[in-house]
Amino acid sequence: MKNINIIFLTILISFISSCESDTDFLDRPPVEVISTEQAFTDQNQVLSILANLYDRQFSVYRLNDWQSFSDFNEVFVSSNDNLTARWHTNNTWPFGGINNYWTTWDYTYIRELNLFLERIVDSPIPDNVKSTFTAEARFLRALYYLEMAKLYGGVPIILESQTYDFSGDPSYLQVPRSTEEEIYDFVISEAEDLKSLLPANPESKSRASMGAALAMQAQAAVYAGSLAKYGANTPSVSLPAGEIGIPASRADAYYTTALNAATEVINGSAGTYALYKKNPGNLQENFAALFYDSDANPEIIFMEEYKLKFRTHGFTIVNQPRFGAEEEEGGALVPSLNLVQSFELLDNTFAPLATVDGSGDPIYYDNQEDIFANRDARLGGTVILPGSSFKSRPVDIFAGLQLSDGSVIAGDERGQLRDDVPGATEAQQVVGFDGPIGSRIQNAVTGFYTRKYLDPAPGSGRRGTQSEVSRIQFRYAEILLIAAEASFELGDPAAAAGFMNQVRERAGFTIPLVAGDITFDRIVHERRVEFALEGQYFMDLKRFRIAHQIFDGTPVTLNGLKSDIGLATKRSTQPWGLWPYKIFDPASPNHGKWIYKEVLSNRVTGADNWQLGNYYSIINNDILNNNPKLTRQPNQ
Amino acid sequence: MKPIFQYIILFVLGTTLVSCELDNVEPPKSLLTGQIVYQGTPLHLEPNRVSFDLYQDGFGKTGALGSNFDKDGAFSHLLFDGEYKMVIPSGQGPFVSLETGGSETSPININLRGSASLNIEVVPYWVIKNASLSISSGTVSSDFALEQIAAGSDAKNIERVTLYISKTQFANSQTNVATSTIQMGDITDINAVSLSAQVPDLVPAQDYVFASVGVKIAGVDDMIFSPTEKMNL
Repeated sequence: MKNINIIFLTILISFISSCESDTDFLDRPPVEVISTEQAFTDQNQVLSILANLYDRQFSVYRLNDWQSFSDFNEVFVSSNDNLTARWHTNNTWPFGGINNYWTTWDYTYIRELNLFLERIVDSPIPDNVKSTFTAEARFLRALYYLEMAKLYGGVPIILESQTYDFSGDPSYLQVPRSTEEEIYDFVISEAEDLKSLLPANPESKSRASMGAALAMQAQAAVYAGSLAKYGANTPSVSLPAGEIGIPASRADAYYTTALNAATEVINGSAGTYALYKKNPGNLQENFAALFYDSDANPEIIFMEEYKLKFRTHGFTIVNQPRFGAEEEEGGALVPSLNLVQSFELLDNTFAPLATVDGSGDPIYYDNQEDIFANRDARLGGTVILPGSSFKSRPVDIFAGLQLSDGSVIAGDERGQLRDDVPGATEAQQVVGFDGPIGSRIQNAVTGFYTRKYLDPAPGSGRRGTQSEVSRIQFRYAEILLIAAEASFELGDPAAAAGFMNQVRERAGFTIPLVAGDITFDRIVHERRVEFALEGQYFMDLKRFRIAHQIFDGTPVTLNGLKSDIGLATKRSTQPWGLWPYKIFDPASPNHGKWIYKEVLSNRVTGADNWQLGNYYSIINNDILNNNPKLTRQPNQ
Repeated sequence: MKPIFQYIILFVLGTTLVSCELDNVEPPKSLLTGQIVYQGTPLHLEPNRVSFDLYQDGFGKTGALGSNFDKDGAFSHLLFDGEYKMVIPSGQGPFVSLETGGSETSPININLRGSASLNIEVVPYWVIKNASLSISSGTVSSDFALEQIAAGSDAKNIERVTLYISKTQFANSQTNVATSTIQMGDITDINAVSLSAQVPDLVPAQDYVFASVGVKIAGVDDMIFSPTEKMNL
């Protein structure tokens, strides 16, 4: 009985003493989880959420995935990976692009942008900060819709976070596709609002600014204008309700919008932007530096930023010249002759690289780089040519020794020495340390290496360090070329020539183009060489509706390769290369000189054949199943 | 040792008995075959290019069973009995799409009860008539006539006509060893077109080739072919 009393007392005491402190003890706020309200109370917290949204911005072309630049024969892929078997994948419908980037459908990102915009409304952070953050999120949302529009045409425009009410009927959440016109109009009108909400700060490269909003507006408008005008070339690529296809009558209005937005940037109302001209003495290096110089670079309007130790990429590692590289790796994307020869001569004419003279005999060059003399400086700035150097180290590119009887002695190892060269008293190097060796991967298989976006900083070619060169989304040269294109389409070729000459002057051209020179082919060509290996070319193929003419399934012959350079619809179904050979003939005055030969790798067996359906990406069955209101693409 | 062995026997026996009937579902047995035809004649196409979707409603989400037509326009599917809907998406195939309006293509309803054969009658843009292929001293020659079928707003022009020579029975734009092309503008008489191409050295050597003539129609991806013929060198 006594025991019971004690137990009773103990229970009573524990009740009394624990009663109050229980709530304190058990209802402690978790330290690992931040509630939505908490996250939006602090300015730095909000900024970190915004940073995450910036980090997820979408591009089909990405420096941290070099493969994304590999299609359409501007480069030859000399790497042993899944792509080797996937060349010419645009033979078939549907073509998802490399790693299916062409079929992005990230409405999770859209939803999280919408949630950000809804939650920041009640945030106690200062109003001026709040309005800038809001404008930045709206910019990112419009930018993603623009990328979707380029790939799909009209897509559902969702501007609020949708919530399911568990009623069993989700149909109120299913939004049909907008028309192609509406999605471009949406991006243009968002940009119109945003240009006054975002700061006019040209120093802000990786965060949205007024300049970025105007650039987005100009790009969206010029795309829409060209779709309205050139969409008529492929009448079967359209949908009756306008999800694909913009009426031709809208073309002029879009071009006017594009010209106005571009003019605003050029006039400096968004701050001072200019072409990058820090190194006028060496225009090739100047053009290459435009991409790796992040120090007060006046040309960059908006970029996807990379930073050492935080966010790096291995573009330099996979594409660097092999000889003396920081890793035993490199040369994955090697530019094709198709691209290299499309750079003009300085007298504004097009010509193939002179390998043979009029009677078909080889032309002997004293120095390797002589064959590329008097060309557009952007050639050397985009491509590492034989005879040039990277990181102050000359590249060693030659395919073999050519003897007096015309026979060739080559090897299958980089920098191979052979002591059986006829007429030689000692062992001779018969192939360059950088290739090209057709049977090997990761060397200059086309005779060239990529220079654009390659980082000359020490360590950029090492896996442990990598590169912090940022991917430029919008740059001033694009604004000028958009202004040129819009002026041309609006019937003012003189103004177009003026804009285009600014870009060409930076590339070393001294003879300005005049109004009569400006044609559709010129516009397309200028964009191709200025933006080579940046991704714009691929979207241009689509919006000008020339892809099915360029990739018509017919192999490229040598004569075909060398003719019609500069024509917008020139066939480019196979990537060619250009190999230098050293003459070994001690008795001849040509000993030690160089000749060049065009080659088509024996690994190129197919010829690209663009299917009309590929002008727009397929909408996957999963997406169609979840939302029966979506219209299928043409051909689907 | 002995008890364990018995257990194993018992276990194996048990699973065999139990799983036999319950686990195994009847395999599909009904064979649906068919062909794309124009006035009863099969239309020759490029394999793996012209696709179709086969739907069966009533089982939740309706993803399509998709496949492609063979080079003689044939297709086959081993299916369960049921109601199916076949759709050839607009823009697929060198024939006027079976479209009724809007963006919806009109489906072909199939009520499958046992094996069935289905001929799909279409209106091609053009047909190749009286095609004759011959070979002499390593040169393949072809003579044929072209006839436009689709009329009115559906009519489309020919872009080019190509003779394909191949080492395999797939003589088309994807697998060939030699081609010869004539553009529409260079054709003087569509009732008498001839093309010829030299057979190149074949590696590894073989003493026969296949040849076929294809018509590319402007604004249409898929080509119309003549029947492939095997020829001895």
